[in-house]
Amino acid sequence: MARKTIPREGETRIPSGCAIAGIIDRSGQRHDGTAILESIALMHDRSNGLGGGFAAYGIYPDYAQLYAFHIMYENRDARAATEAYLERYYLCEKQERIPTEEHPAIKNPPDIWRYFMAPHPMRLAASGLDEAEYTMQHVFHINSSIPGAFVASSGKDMGVFKGVGYPEDIGAFYRIGDYDAWAWTAHGRFPTNTPGWWGGAHPFTLLNWSIVHNGEISSYDANRRYVEQFGYDCELQTDTEVITYLFDLLARRHGFSQQMAAHIMAAPSWREIDAMEPDRAAFETALRTVYGSALVNGPFSVILGSEEGLLALNDRLKLRALMAAEKGSMVYLASEQAAIEAVCPDAENMHSIEGGVPFVVQRDDVARRKAVEASENRAVRDWPLEHEVGVQPRRRREV
Amino acid sequence: MFDCVLPRYKVLRDAQSCVGCDICITSCSNGVHRRDKTTEQLVADPKRCVNCQRCVVMCPTTAIAITRWPQVDSGSSQWTLEVMQDIAKQSQTGGVLLSSMGNPEPYPIYWDHLLLNASQVTNPSIDPLREPMETRVFLGSRPEILKVNERAHRVIEQLPPQLALDVPIMFSAMSFGSISLNAQKALALAARELGTFFNTGEGGMHRDLEPFANHAFVQVASGRFGVDAHYLNTAAAIEIKIGQGAKPGIGGHLPGEKVNSEVSRTRMIPEGTDALSPAPHHDIYSIEDLRQLVFSVKEATGYRKPVAVKIAAVHNAAAIASGMARTGADIIVVDGFRGGTGAAPKRIRDNVGIPIELALAAIDQRLRDEGIRSTVSLVAGGSIRNAADVVRAIALGADACTIASAALIAIGCHQCRDCGSGRCNWGIATQNPELEQRLDPEEAAERIVNLVHAWTREVQEMMGGMGINAIDSLRGNRLMLRGVGLNEKELDILGIQHAGE
Repeated sequence: MARKTIPREGETRIPSGCAIAGIIDRSGQRHDGTAILESIALMHDRSNGLGGGFAAYGIYPDYAQLYAFHIMYENRDARAATEAYLERYYLCEKQERIPTEEHPAIKNPPDIWRYFMAPHPMRLAASGLDEAEYTMQHVFHINSSIPGAFVASSGKDMGVFKGVGYPEDIGAFYRIGDYDAWAWTAHGRFPTNTPGWWGGAHPFTLLNWSIVHNGEISSYDANRRYVEQFGYDCELQTDTEVITYLFDLLARRHGFSQQMAAHIMAAPSWREIDAMEPDRAAFETALRTVYGSALVNGPFSVILGSEEGLLALNDRLKLRALMAAEKGSMVYLASEQAAIEAVCPDAENMHSIEGGVPFVVQRDDVARRKAVEASENRAVRDWPLEHEVGVQPRRRREV
Repeated sequence: MFDCVLPRYKVLRDAQSCVGCDICITSCSNGVHRRDKTTEQLVADPKRCVNCQRCVVMCPTTAIAITRWPQVDSGSSQWTLEVMQDIAKQSQTGGVLLSSMGNPEPYPIYWDHLLLNASQVTNPSIDPLREPMETRVFLGSRPEILKVNERAHRVIEQLPPQLALDVPIMFSAMSFGSISLNAQKALALAARELGTFFNTGEGGMHRDLEPFANHAFVQVASGRFGVDAHYLNTAAAIEIKIGQGAKPGIGGHLPGEKVNSEVSRTRMIPEGTDALSPAPHHDIYSIEDLRQLVFSVKEATGYRKPVAVKIAAVHNAAAIASGMARTGADIIVVDGFRGGTGAAPKRIRDNVGIPIELALAAIDQRLRDEGIRSTVSLVAGGSIRNAADVVRAIALGADACTIASAALIAIGCHQCRDCGSGRCNWGIATQNPELEQRLDPEEAAERIVNLVHAWTREVQEMMGGMGINAIDSLRGNRLMLRGVGLNEKELDILGIQHAGE
């Protein structure tokens, strides 16, 4: 008798606990993946072998201007269909299998490829979308409509290496020691129930965002139904996915800083707001009024990676552990203090991330740029498209 | 001609307990109880009894109980006693049958098929006694994107006007005329104490309520009773009433006998004349006309007050609500077919409209499909019975709920459905000064406040169990609901999974 297949992420909702870690060099100097591997390996017991992965920023300097897609294929047809699709919408500079090494603990890996691509200029222009939105929609299309294909990451000069196994085994399988990155995050997963699908492992990514998350949010469906209004497909039904989309909506589309986006998602309580001076209270009240459905509730700790750096956030009640420490230009984050001390025994300023207060670590050059930038959020839709080409009549631009 | 209309109730009086104090006689405005002229015994006229239970409650020795009239029906499941009684009444009077309060027929109550979730192991439940448990809600329209200056912590574009509710529960519209001024005062006092809002209904705002105006919705209905610039500008918010759950598609009729000097003054109509609300607003024959009225009201109030539009839950409610959101309405209020009324034709009350649960779910989903749910507020009412119903309504997608029947039950209403007679023994649905003074506004307000506080605590307990500490995270969170005993189509419309899934 055939065994009934267990539903995958996306077919059912699977709660899971986790270990998370992050390491960043604010100076922008790049380091290989051995430290992050060691850090997450120490938290072995927080995973159960059903999912692990890493996100790395700055690994593809030679292709920094191109979208780097990491795609997992379960069969040849999936690859053929995906490549035909990509060929239609992108110009591909380079494509190759991601080098992996056989590992006794890693069973049945999919066929994993990477592509360095630029959007097809005519199709991009005809789409009426900006580059990021265009890419996001094609990622959604591949993940939802091409069976057996899953885009693991889709950002620039970054990539995600993930799969089914303990994170330290996944890291060895992908040879992450051979990549240099200025920021690394890692995830070890403890799902309550999963068929062991590689696409369901974390970090979850979209464009340059990557998220590792520990917790089970109780606001999931309120958040999901909020972001779905704006074209985000919550295909995987995971917390990590919806948190990523919230960051994308608030920080990319609505133009808030990442810190403000995180502040909206873990807003101050009304009790705190009522005690603020009137103008500040009005500001916080307006944020909560407009973005109440973006409030994330229930236990969570997340590390958000992006081209700017890392951001750590805990739920308002601080129901999940997350520690931070620094040493020189390095900043370390992990679910457990020991996981930081394992890789940096003399780390300084060790502290627990405060509930509801975003902990932002920007690369130094980003921080310098941000300090002088306007502090008013401007929605993406209000910016002119940069790539408008060949359409007659051309728009008159103010000189 | 013989009279086939039977009594509906029988008055039981326990001779051993009765002390003959005659309180039952003075309690009953319907004249049920009297002393027999010859025997001097206390007797009851069952035909006059409406089962308001005033005498039951007031009897100092608990000697009285009301029971159903024991007459059996014909034995036919088609020609039940009630069906035949309706025919008897209509054949004797030639009139439209009138009744009050919400649809009492045994249609499905979807609330009772929705079960709530709680946290176990994978995430912790939250104890409302130890952690903040936020029930504050804002009502009003908002932009999709808020423009701010992050460094200065200032909003660049001010929000449209918002109402702050400390609890996600308001009182639905009940006009002066349909209920007594004391009942309105009780609601106003309670709304102020609770940090929420009452609604004057379409009968204008009595001058005694003006001190509570910042906790009042005022209504603009098809009769425009009591509407002038002062009325609009005094209130916290304005509600344009298109329809009411108890009587979708028809207007209202307050008989001239009830239009005494106070009602006349408040409604701005001559004393003793009938107050007729037309079925439609005669300046709204389509959705674009509604937009004009919404903006007329906004112009009249300097864009300082949110404008709500209230409709009855009808078949096409989702599309209508979507249209309303686009007319500039800040708050959409939907009233289900079990919502109460002071008087409605019985056939309309019992047969027109749809359950609020289905209408609410469909409207919330439609607004989301169109990407406009977060720019408008959604309020649901018409059958909310307890705190669990409030939680269910918010999880289906409401920002807040309205209650009216429950609030009246708290102050004495026994759902006898005889409001239209004006003889309410509880001093609620009456303009008779003697009856009205039976209702002490302050005592009544305290009971309403108690009720809403109790519900709020229960809402907080249920939220905490789900691991949610702000009501924002419950709104539209349908994963917190599971259906029992519902078919695929019902689950689909409600947007929920079946229990066990």
